[in-house]
Amino acid sequence: MKKLILVIFYVFIFNSSAIALVEVDITRGNLNPLPIAVSPLYIESGSKDLKEGDKVIKNVGARISEIVEANFRRSGLFNPLKKDSFVQKPDIAHVKPRFEDWRLIKAQALVTGKVTVSDDKLRVEFRLWDVVAAKEMIALAFSTTPGNWRRVAHIISDKIYQRLTGEEGYFDTRIIYVSETGKKTQRYKKLAIMDQDGANVKYLTLGNELVLTPRFSPKNQLVTYLSYFRNLPRVYLLDIETGVQEVVGDFPGMTFAPRFSPDGKKIIMSFAKDGNSDIYTMDMSTRVVEKITDHTSIDTSPSYSPDGKYICFNSDRSGLQQIYVMRSDGSNVKRITFGKGLYGTPVWSPRGDLIAFTKVHKSRFYIGVMRPDGSGERLLTENFYQEAPSWSPNGRVLIFYRETKSDSEGKGFSAKLWSIDLTGYNERLIETETDGSDPSWSSLLSK
Amino acid sequence: MSLAINLKKFLVIIFAGVALTACATQVKKQTGMMQGDVYTGTETVEYLATGVKDRVFFATNKSVLTTASRDTLRKQAAYMRKQGDLTFSIEGHADERGTREYNLALGERRANAVKDYLMTYGISGNRLSVISYGKERPVNSGSDPLAWSQNRRSVTVKAN
Repeated sequence: MKKLILVIFYVFIFNSSAIALVEVDITRGNLNPLPIAVSPLYIESGSKDLKEGDKVIKNVGARISEIVEANFRRSGLFNPLKKDSFVQKPDIAHVKPRFEDWRLIKAQALVTGKVTVSDDKLRVEFRLWDVVAAKEMIALAFSTTPGNWRRVAHIISDKIYQRLTGEEGYFDTRIIYVSETGKKTQRYKKLAIMDQDGANVKYLTLGNELVLTPRFSPKNQLVTYLSYFRNLPRVYLLDIETGVQEVVGDFPGMTFAPRFSPDGKKIIMSFAKDGNSDIYTMDMSTRVVEKITDHTSIDTSPSYSPDGKYICFNSDRSGLQQIYVMRSDGSNVKRITFGKGLYGTPVWSPRGDLIAFTKVHKSRFYIGVMRPDGSGERLLTENFYQEAPSWSPNGRVLIFYRETKSDSEGKGFSAKLWSIDLTGYNERLIETETDGSDPSWSSLLSK
Repeated sequence: MSLAINLKKFLVIIFAGVALTACATQVKKQTGMMQGDVYTGTETVEYLATGVKDRVFFATNKSVLTTASRDTLRKQAAYMRKQGDLTFSIEGHADERGTREYNLALGERRANAVKDYLMTYGISGNRLSVISYGKERPVNSGSDPLAWSQNRRSVTVKAN
């Protein structure tokens, strides 16, 4: 992973004194997405072909601009304009845009750029222009290995997103999920990982054993998940880089529902024994195991607050599934959900201000958010079956999975990944090669 | 020969008639296979030995053994006593209408309810292992109350 980290050169200095007139209002959802023109990045003359293995990637500048556009469109906050309306050539626009031409097609922001490919190096430079104020907002250049060209597109997207919204981006990230195939009574499940935009899918397990609920470490190269290897359901740790897998702890029964602590040092999970599930942590360097809850009920789905001081979890100690919050040592347990229905899968926002959850009421499933004290419940989406939200690293978007109804032959069944904006707008299907479930979002890869 | 064919036709007609009249009571018949929402039918049931059912069914979100379940488990215990060298795996399952992680815990709780009951009838805990599949291995793929009731189950299988 370290090898992947890009060397970033700040060639130009941030034009921080300019007060931008263009900005994206992110508090009200996507009712007025910002019209933005992403000019194809032009290839500097004398540049070599970009090769990915034996494959030549043609028009890498145009490809990068398409990835940036697709990211913006999916965010729901931007409206990338059609390229056939662009009147200025990419190389000329990059030097000095004719702002009145771009205003004519109603662009408020413009992205231009240049790509240079040499044997072992890809250099990409881009500028973001405020069309309304006729000013440059950012100018940056990156140098990296040519194989990283997609990541460059995502990093450019993040820089622009951050400049225009004031929030950190989430495009240079990956999603780990469970790929599903086969009939409903005997699903084959594999761990799969892909870029946030669905590209570069890789399968990390072979499907010989059932695997569930993968979750990223905040440090990204580690994943914790549940595997039924040798028919013993246990929490495992997987190093994505090396492929090395190991069982977490030595428990005489099922361990499940794992997640990392925010510092990546501990795994928190449930351990089921004699019909009773409690929450435990294991420190990965010292191997010390601590019991956090001690109750005759089912305690599961634990998730830390980003400062590591609190844990939210799911318990049926009141008789039915509800969400509780406690200190990370297990003290001071408080129930926070009192609405109608059942509540499960609480997961703390990386911003700390919200907890996302699944709610079941009158046989309908909802994804919602509430404050950590249980106030301000807001339901974002309703469906026949959906659960397991996971936050984008900037706390702006939730990804979850949804299953459809089927008949007794299993006809009609599907499991798909979806995302939705925190505002409840911009619900989107995330295309995957196979069916998918249990998505987990990584943190930003380059930070 | 022709008599047989005629008979067949005749039977088909009769069955069609039965099916038509059955339609009106279809819903009632389905609930007839459930008490509360616990499945009481035998459609998915297999047998460890003659008269010894391999599974028991549960109400939504519950792990309480019904009277019928306890009857089944006493027969399982009697069978296990006779087959002293056999060990068993008790597989707990949940329906698809719950969150995955909670269902894993629920399946474990159901399988343990069965294990505990078998132990009170003299079966050593060493012979009984427990595994939860949560909602991962439904027996009926349907998304309807009958299918869900068949999937909320604990199945006893021979392990050696």
